[in-house]
Formats: sequence, structure tokens, C-alpha cells
Amino acid sequence: MDVQKTALYNLHKSLGAKFVSFAGYEMPIQYKDGIVKEHISTRSYAGFFDVSHMGQLFLEGDDTLTEALEKIIPADLKLLKLNHSKYSFLLNDNGGIIDDLIITKTKEGFCIILNAACKENDVKEISKFLNKDHKNFINLDLSLIALQGPKAVEILEKLTPGVSNLKFMTGGNFNLDEENLYITRSGYTGEDGFEISIPNNKVEKLIEFLVEKKVKPIGLGARDTLRLEAGLCLYGHDLNEKTNPIEANLKWAIAKRRREEGGFNGWKKIKELIVNGSNKKRVGILPEGRIIARENTKVFSDQGEEIGLITSGTFAPSVNASVAMGYVDSKFSEIGTKIQLEVRGKKHVGKVSELPFFKKSYVK
Amino acid sequence: MSKKKYSKKHEWVSIEGDIATVGITKHATELLGDIVFVEVPEAGKVVEKDGQTAVVESTKAASDVYSPISGEIIEGNKSIVDDPVSVNTDPEGASWFFKLKVKDISELDSLMSLADYEKFVAENPS
Repeated sequence: MDVQKTALYNLHKSLGAKFVSFAGYEMPIQYKDGIVKEHISTRSYAGFFDVSHMGQLFLEGDDTLTEALEKIIPADLKLLKLNHSKYSFLLNDNGGIIDDLIITKTKEGFCIILNAACKENDVKEISKFLNKDHKNFINLDLSLIALQGPKAVEILEKLTPGVSNLKFMTGGNFNLDEENLYITRSGYTGEDGFEISIPNNKVEKLIEFLVEKKVKPIGLGARDTLRLEAGLCLYGHDLNEKTNPIEANLKWAIAKRRREEGGFNGWKKIKELIVNGSNKKRVGILPEGRIIARENTKVFSDQGEEIGLITSGTFAPSVNASVAMGYVDSKFSEIGTKIQLEVRGKKHVGKVSELPFFKKSYVK
Repeated sequence: MSKKKYSKKHEWVSIEGDIATVGITKHATELLGDIVFVEVPEAGKVVEKDGQTAVVESTKAASDVYSPISGEIIEGNKSIVDDPVSVNTDPEGASWFFKLKVKDISELDSLMSLADYEKFVAENPS
């Protein structure tokens, strides 16, 4: 398969992007400033991210569509109001997570934002539950731009007046040169901000506006440090088909009605886990000192017993410390539990920590 | 006068008498990005030419630092351990990684001059 490029590829290049291959796309890992500066400028002012590689799946249909989607998504889609969004996942028969996603109620049905690496398989999995009256398509004519940071609202309000009225996890339609933009107040950095679904032929104009307002481009590198500080999971690392929402500490994302009524993939398993608890649990981990515990670092108890594995770890610029998350035996998941991390053959002290590492500032 | 030579793994070594100072090149720091963690060897450790001797981690990944020359470590630079970012700002000056007592000075012959290293980097940009 050819490497794909987003509509902004040339603009990224002119902004000094260094590219990496990610989920079949050439994506900026960082720009001239580097990861730490990009991270800090997002937290202190605003940054924009090209996330057009993610799938924008549109589903159209009546109530039977809602019923169909509820078989694979454990959110309360029946109660989801127009232009409201929820974080959720696609589940397999075992309660394992096929992908994590944001689902938004639209006039015609739903829009689901899917991880780039998973989107093709996701459509296959979702389609198993659809009938011939349900329409579904990934819209490749649309780009997706995340604008994140404390100044995001003030800046975007100048381009698309009214966005400041949006509450966190809601969206609406806005205009730019007669073209429709669908903007939600959401993001994956722990900051206030927006995700802007915009036609490919208008995306350069949006970016030029943001650059003029001194908003910095942010690559995948800082996107990763930002989301990890915010305690958010990265699919393929912190979540996969073998992890379920209970051990991933994401029970909150399964609607109460759905937990009780079930009727979705893996419900039996999940119900049992809710009652009996899971053997392992996703936790935050703070290594002592500057040592970085990256993915696949082994975790040991204070007594030296192997108890788990790190799934993400980095240096967190806004916390100014090394941070990680991973799965440990539930017996050792209490906050403050002393643990050891094996890095390059040596054991280093750390402890189980609260998530997020960096406090969020969403507008509710 | 000190002599400075370069390795294909982007280390520099500067010799004064029988003491070698080793660090990573400016080009290496540009490839690595923001440096957030450094591990340097303790005095007394015996290292082989091309042996893994120190560690440098950027926000992106961990990389090994090799010794371009054999010898016995006399000092690891503790100041870069406490302030890893300084490796980005002054990699070929104050932010050296370790000093060692050279075992065989002739090992330097296999390393590159500055001109050769610059040519090597131009031909192998990443």
C-alpha cells in the first residue's frame, strides 16, 4: 500500500515538519521547535494538530441504527442528544477493546472518530451489525484539525463566532466561506479546545489563520506527551483487543443503563468483572528521579515479585518529571504503592500514582 | 593541542595526553531532539572501543552512547545527568559525557576527522 498523505502535507513541510510513517500515513512527528517546546506552547497558549489521518465515519439511519450500534458500543446512544459526544469503544465478544473512539449524535445518525490504524477494521466490525438501510462511509473529503490550549477559544471565536458557547463534548455547524465546518469542543491533550472537521479545500485557509494568530503546529511527539500527562490512553499501546474497559479503568465510559441492561458485545464478561474485579488494572506510575520507563518496562513489587508491564512512558514537560502508565496486578494498584521498574537490567524505585498527572481545564 | 575525532555513531572524542573526553555531536542531538535523560558510567569502569558506555534519552526514544576508544573511565559528567537539556545546548563543549584513560592511542586512526565526519553526515542525514 502506498503511504498516504493528508491534505496539509505540503503545508507541514513548509512549517519545518519532520515526518514519520504512522498508521500508513506520512505524519509530522515534530516541527522546528521540537517536542518539549510544542508541548509547552500548547499548554500555555494554543497549538494545532493535523489529525486528518483519523477516520471520520458517518452513519445514517433511523432508530434501528442506534440499536445496531449499541450492540458493539457500550455508550447510551439512545439518550445521546443531538450534537453531543461521548468517549466510548468498540468491543469484541470477550469485552476486549477493538478501538476507542468519540461518537457524536448528528441529524442523520452518528459520526464516529476512529483511530487511523484501526479504521478499516472498525468499519468491518461495525458493519456486522448494520442492515441495508443504514448508510456508512468514511468521508475522505474532510480534514480534521485539533486546536488545543487555553487560548483556543479566543482565537477560534474570531474565525467562527459562536464556538465559545459550545460546552465540553458538544458540537455544532459553523461557516467558513460558505463551507460547512463541524466543530466540537473536545480534544485529547487535557486542555480546553476544539476539533474541527473541515473540507480539504478549506483546511489550508484555516491553518493560515491559526499560524497568523501565532498558534504553533504540534506533531505526534507532543501529542503523545500531552495525552499521557492528561492520563489518556493511546490505542495499540495502553489499550488493545486483549484489554477490557474494566481493567483499563474506563468503567466510567460504559453508560449505567448499559452496564445493567447489557445487550452489547462482551457484556457477560464485563458484568462479571464489575462484580468480582479484574486481575489487573491500568494505573499511573511515577518513577523516582529522571529514569524513563518506556513501553514494555517490567514492573515489580517492592518485594521483587513481577506484577505488570508499562504501556506508555515518557518525560512529561509540564509536570517536569518522568511519568508512565501501565497494567499491574490489582493487589498493587492502590495509589502510593511502592513499585520497582526494570530499565536496562537495573531496578529503579517508583510508585503508583493518581491519573491524570496534569490537571485538566475543560469548560463544562 | 587537543585532537578531535568523530565516529560513525556520532560520538566525538578529544584527546589531551592520554586522557580522552567523549561526547555526542551536535548532529546527534539534532537527530535525537529534546534530551530528557542521561546515564553516564562510573569511574573505574573499563570500556572497549565501540562498547555501550552511556545512555541518552530524548522525548522520542532511548539510545546507547558508545565509546569510540578503549580505556578506563575516570569521570562521568554528573552535570548532564542533573540537567539533560544542556546536552542539546552545548553537546561539544561543557556537555561531554565521560573522560577515560586511553589504552591504545592508535585506535584513533579508525575515526574520522571533522571534514570526513561532515561529509559522512551529508551523505547519511539520518
